[in-house]
Amino acid sequence: MTSVIRPTADGRSPRAFLEVRELCIHFPTEDGLVKSVDGLSYSLERGKTLGIVGESGSGKSVTSLAVLGLYNRNNAQMSGEIWVDGEEIVSASPETVRKLRGRKMAIIFQDPLSSMHPFYTVGDQIIEAYRVHNKVTKAVARKHAIDMLGRVAIPQPAKRVDDYPHQFSGGMRQRAMIAMAMSCDPELLIADEPTTALDVTVQAQILDLMRDLQREFNSALIIITHDLGVVAELADDVLVMYAGKAIEYGPAVEIFERPEHPYTWGLLASMPRLDRELSDRLIPIKGTPPSLINVPSGCAFHPRCSYAGLTNGASLNVVPELARGASHLVRCHLSVETRQQIWQREIKQELEGTA
Amino acid sequence: MSTAHADRSGPHDVLLSVSGLQKHFPITTGLLRRQVGAVQAVDGLTFDVVRGKTMGLVGESGCGKTTTGRLLTRLLEPTGGRIEFDGHDITHMSQGRLRPLRKDMQMIFQDPFSSLNPRHTVGTIVGAPFRIQHVKTPHGIKRAVQDLLKLAGLNPEHYNRYPHEFSGGQRQRIGIARTLALNPKMIIADEPVSALDVSVQAQVVNLLEDLQAELGLTYVVIAHDLSVVRHISDDVAVMYLGKIVEMADRDSLYTHPRHPYTVSLLSAVPVPDPRRRDSAQRERVLLTGEVPSPIDPPSGCRFRTRCWKAQDICATEEPPLIGKPGDMDSHLIACHFPVADDEKVAGRKAPASVV
Amino acid sequence: MIRRLIGAVLTLFAVSVITFLIFFGLPRLAGDSPVSLAARYTGKTADEATAVAMAHRLGFFDPIYVQYGRWAKAIFVGADYNAGAGIEHCSAPCFGYSFITHEAVWPDMISRLPVTLSLAVGAAILWLVAGIATGVLSALKRGSAFDRAAMGVALAGVSLPIFFTGLLALSIFSYKLGWTAPGSTYTPITQNPALWAYDLILPWVTLAFLYAAAYARLTRAGMLESMGEDYTRTARAKGLPEKTVVTKHGLRAALTPIMTIFGLDVGLLLGGAFLTETTFSLQGIGKFAVDAIPAHDLPKVMGVTMLATFFIIAANLIVDLMYSVIDPRVRLS
Repeated sequence: MTSVIRPTADGRSPRAFLEVRELCIHFPTEDGLVKSVDGLSYSLERGKTLGIVGESGSGKSVTSLAVLGLYNRNNAQMSGEIWVDGEEIVSASPETVRKLRGRKMAIIFQDPLSSMHPFYTVGDQIIEAYRVHNKVTKAVARKHAIDMLGRVAIPQPAKRVDDYPHQFSGGMRQRAMIAMAMSCDPELLIADEPTTALDVTVQAQILDLMRDLQREFNSALIIITHDLGVVAELADDVLVMYAGKAIEYGPAVEIFERPEHPYTWGLLASMPRLDRELSDRLIPIKGTPPSLINVPSGCAFHPRCSYAGLTNGASLNVVPELARGASHLVRCHLSVETRQQIWQREIKQELEGTA
Repeated sequence: MSTAHADRSGPHDVLLSVSGLQKHFPITTGLLRRQVGAVQAVDGLTFDVVRGKTMGLVGESGCGKTTTGRLLTRLLEPTGGRIEFDGHDITHMSQGRLRPLRKDMQMIFQDPFSSLNPRHTVGTIVGAPFRIQHVKTPHGIKRAVQDLLKLAGLNPEHYNRYPHEFSGGQRQRIGIARTLALNPKMIIADEPVSALDVSVQAQVVNLLEDLQAELGLTYVVIAHDLSVVRHISDDVAVMYLGKIVEMADRDSLYTHPRHPYTVSLLSAVPVPDPRRRDSAQRERVLLTGEVPSPIDPPSGCRFRTRCWKAQDICATEEPPLIGKPGDMDSHLIACHFPVADDEKVAGRKAPASVV
Repeated sequence: MIRRLIGAVLTLFAVSVITFLIFFGLPRLAGDSPVSLAARYTGKTADEATAVAMAHRLGFFDPIYVQYGRWAKAIFVGADYNAGAGIEHCSAPCFGYSFITHEAVWPDMISRLPVTLSLAVGAAILWLVAGIATGVLSALKRGSAFDRAAMGVALAGVSLPIFFTGLLALSIFSYKLGWTAPGSTYTPITQNPALWAYDLILPWVTLAFLYAAAYARLTRAGMLESMGEDYTRTARAKGLPEKTVVTKHGLRAALTPIMTIFGLDVGLLLGGAFLTETTFSLQGIGKFAVDAIPAHDLPKVMGVTMLATFFIIAANLIVDLMYSVIDPRVRLS
């Protein structure tokens, strides 16, 4: 018996540190209305990590920028609620949100070279981040910057604080970005593809660092990525996004061991994995990620879904609700029983390489 | 199984033979541009690629694999060593004499967005090789191009469309179609799937495998994604700072890595299994320090500055790339103290201490 | 750095050689004899014998490189010229002697410099401020009425020639309305700063209009690019007020190409704002050249050419150095 769970954006005070309710972010463009986020809801406590997984055009980055207030009523059509530590962001004034930005919530981006200003030293940029929210002298801020660089394990921080971004290697640059983001002790840290541009050994170091910092600051961490390995490493909960909606949402262990949505099955099956036996062929998902202007009707995934035929046409016309499946939330027309059958008979074996 | 030189394991048909390949980029300074040093991008590579097989070149940034790819197709000229392709010594061949040989070796590039001329239609792009090499096609170039598009899994009616009308995965297919135009014997693929979404990566990987089976192609795949390389390669060479540190057939390398760098590389890959998170972290070898500069690489073994097994001899004597004497199936390793099967490797290191 | 300085000096030398060859070598190639060349140079006509003697005295029969050597040497130590009317002394730096106006080129030319300098510097400050401000506002309000209007005006400014706008401005503001000084009035700043500014306000504004237009468009383009960069997004993400994001992050990055072009523009302008000075009858270096050319006063024309070249090369050098100061990536490579 499935029950529909739709947190209503009704303005009642939230229970979690971060709560996103029915968030919609649309952009009117010349080519049409881009529905980047279309009814997203999730929550996150301090000290926990949420992994948001999606491919290009899933809307995952837009969500994070909205949480920071960088997308707001002035530059996008927004509805829904975002609650950060009891304060609602979407309806708040830009000035209020600006004061929270960098202090209560911070973000690190994918490419640290383009995300830092090339003309200012790393130290200057960290000092700037700190002094926006703290009334201190430059000397105090500088000492804090050196301190932060040391905390992210950059060797010789007192010397490197005066270096420019291009003088750092890729991994060190990302550490510096992390130092800058953490400089005001934010309670929420969003990492948008933080290691995609880095080598795998450097990635391991950065993920390690982020884990340590989260523990130290007890911050809530959202990690946005397309790399399921990274998600498995860090996340307590996982939210899989497709075409602006959450299509599967639950604890990481359940998502990986008992995935219930055909898209998630497809993602897991199309990935070559080091920890499994080699398969002859990878099992890709047919088709390509959808355009956010022309989102397919009904279930957005139906053109690529091998099981759309089992829904008696519902997947073509009706948008499925995010409902409780066997163990966590899934947005799919197939009944729990059908999904479990398919899982047991086909998917499980494919994934474990025993087919 | 590929070896440093084919004569070790019998008369396999070697299509590409590389011996002591070297590329140093000079660094000049001063008024008269005196050469004061060199970036030793590639420093003494030796390997063979057997016809019909796939050689995977794996390494992180700065290891020289991209430069190697460009050397193999003679987009760059080596400063030392020898390249033999299909019986011809192409090491210092002039561009004029190389041109007819270029029919047989083609290259797929990483970025599907910048490797296609945005002002040319797909038909022009894929048909260009015919025009450049003055190749006669039985039914005309347009027909030949359409056949190629079909082969690459694209709709032949898209002949007149421009690259920006296609997704990343489709653009990569266009690039692949272009390389197939002249029936090459060998394709060098430089990061063919790293810029693509996960679900699309699998499509392109499958396509490459199918094409190899159908057309008898030989591949050299350059990538940093160890899982993809494992899936697609027959033999794998691991590069570090311009040198090959380990080379073996695919299965041996991944199940029994011997070089400390290979071990740490493999252990750094995040595993998409949340349950194994803690044990994976404990077993992970976290390399400290940075990759040294290729301008001034460490003496002796280049990996010694980051290796937990390094001893005095590693600084004085450069380990040669050799297998275990008497064992025809052993890996080729460049290490004085290779990792044995049952050896316990250094576990998770504490983050560098902060002063 | 040293390399650039040496390069600049070499360029100056090369230009001097080329200029010299154009004035003294090319006519010979075209069939001039040393005598007719000398006649043209001095602007004197005389009977055959006197002319030949004069040509000898002035060294026109010497090989071309000797002539060049002499000319170059004169720049450093001065020279004496004897065109038949007696010896004229031209002290260093000697860029030639004008036989038409009977004076050395250099002092006359240099006396004009303050006018050009005043014109250039005043207009430069005006156009820089106006152009950048307009460009920034246009970029921030992209697509708005202001943006469209500003870019429209800028297009006009860039397209209309200075002699048109100048003469139009003069006729309206100076002659019809009497608000500004009529052309050809100039008071040195040392004499009366207020009057100096009053005299120059119209040429400043007219000249600035031309350049401000170009700079507004440039700034707008640069701002649009820098405001869309990732580091601007990071600046906002840190919680910086929008004003800081625009100025410290956006503008700073967009200004680099503008600053370098500014250096070049001012350098060119110093070498002679021909049209402006002629339109407003200001006795600057540009007017100096414009007067000398129809008068066939070769020494003066050569002198102006060298001076203009010097300013342009110097401007290029400064711009190169500025780039490495502004952009740390250039500095440290």
